[in-house]
Amino acid sequence: MGDEAKPAKPQATMAAAPWESNLSRDLKERFGDRISEISTYLGQNFIVARPDAVIPILEHLKFETGFDFLTDLTAVDWPNRAERFELVYNLYSFGRNERLRVKTSVSEGFKPASAVSVYPGANWLEREVYDMFGIEFADHPDLRRILLPDEWQGYPLRKDYGIIQQDERWVQENLGIESGQ
Amino acid sequence: MPDATFLDSTELVLNMGPQHPSTHGVLRVILKLDGEKVLGTDCVIGYLHRGVEKIGENRTYAQFNPYVDRMDYIAAVSNGLGYCLAVEKLLSIEAPPRAQAVRVILAELNRIASHLFWLGTHAIDIGAITPLFYCLREREEALKIFEKYCGARLTTHAFRIGGLQYETYDGFEQDVRTFCEMFLPKVDEYEELLTTNRIWMGRLKGVGVLTAEECKQYCVTGPVLRAAGVKWDLRKAQPYSGYEKYDFDIPTRETGDTYDRYVVRMQEMRQSVRIMRQAVDGIPEGPIMAKVPKVIKPPVGESYTSIEAPKGELGYYIVSDGTIQPYRVRVRPPSFLNLQALDRMVAGGLVADVVAIIGTIDIVLGEVDR
Repeated sequence: MGDEAKPAKPQATMAAAPWESNLSRDLKERFGDRISEISTYLGQNFIVARPDAVIPILEHLKFETGFDFLTDLTAVDWPNRAERFELVYNLYSFGRNERLRVKTSVSEGFKPASAVSVYPGANWLEREVYDMFGIEFADHPDLRRILLPDEWQGYPLRKDYGIIQQDERWVQENLGIESGQ
Repeated sequence: MPDATFLDSTELVLNMGPQHPSTHGVLRVILKLDGEKVLGTDCVIGYLHRGVEKIGENRTYAQFNPYVDRMDYIAAVSNGLGYCLAVEKLLSIEAPPRAQAVRVILAELNRIASHLFWLGTHAIDIGAITPLFYCLREREEALKIFEKYCGARLTTHAFRIGGLQYETYDGFEQDVRTFCEMFLPKVDEYEELLTTNRIWMGRLKGVGVLTAEECKQYCVTGPVLRAAGVKWDLRKAQPYSGYEKYDFDIPTRETGDTYDRYVVRMQEMRQSVRIMRQAVDGIPEGPIMAKVPKVIKPPVGESYTSIEAPKGELGYYIVSDGTIQPYRVRVRPPSFLNLQALDRMVAGGLVADVVAIIGTIDIVLGEVDR
């Protein structure tokens, strides 16, 4: 237990190594400084791009290099960073049997472009990100909450949303009880 | 999608669920109909949302392990396997060979249990009542092995990060062999009832077609993708837990209709028996637990690890900030993404087929809603 009581050590960074391959060179050449990082960690490759470059990169990856499958799309909240939300697009290529993560950081209130035009399956995934983090996607065909009730206030997967926090007004009005706890 | 305010005079909005027996849980589907024809659907989900990903951020790595069983509770062993592999990847450790073999046996047994539950409920949706009793009878035998192994039948928490908590019990190998012996003739029995049954074929053939191209567009994985002709299974494509050592086939079909998905799952059960037989004959001796620190504190970093769960690709994207709790746990649920294709599959079909199509996707609402 002594180990757990110690204060957390200063934040270290991920020990990622640069990723060198034909694909990474091609991406670097094509998108230049719109891609800020091309790395690999634990054998998994990822790139970090500027928000406005994400859709062109996804289009290029899907139509030119065979990353035809969007495995997952999610976000991570880093409240202490200037650009608070990290969006993570997890791609897979059936032809190459390879995965690639495309990451980008956006600040609160920024509306990243929707990926539904490239990967139609992003529809529900972006709705879930909107539901849980409050990130609105521009040009999404049907941006509504998906897991929580439509009238719910708050975005539960943000770090400043407590683990037992809830929309008390919604609970009282709809469930007729004082509290769901 | 259906908007009640702009209805054409011939259009009808029909609400289905959330408490309808054929929705396999609390799924609400709003159907927009033109006579018997389905024009579009709108799925209302989230009734079982428990905030599993938020809970994950507030528990230690080991504490979160039992929670993952509660997502896809029909295939709890697979959920646990995926999570353990994901944390092991972050820690850069690997379970010992003996643990891997036992994991494979239990995961395949769970695949059979999950497919049996799917078959029984799918058949009852179509109107065939008997298969449910047959399937649950055999599933019971699988659950008995789980119970003898770890004490639980449904939410098993069978694995631990780094290997296994329990050594196999006396007679485990014999029980698995007996199950395999008993089970294959039973699959023949189900197939005799259904495969060439005229009503069964009439209700399933050509219903809910999803082509390979559409599967890829809508992020669909698992048996649904394979029924459309894509020979892709993570156990072969990116083997984990020693699957590369076993000899088995990936069943595929061509058209991707409801009948093909039925055939694929039936063949998958036979392949699972094949894998289990090889694994149980070659369980190596040795430790069942890798060297794992008492307090699990992966280095700062992130990783995405996925397995072929009975319903499709189940992935865990875990971000570690170097503390004892994950900074972010993202679950990539196969049921959630496969359900998204429902609209595509039912559009243009008949309202009576909606029930068949919900059944054929094989969703578990605990996993859809998390």
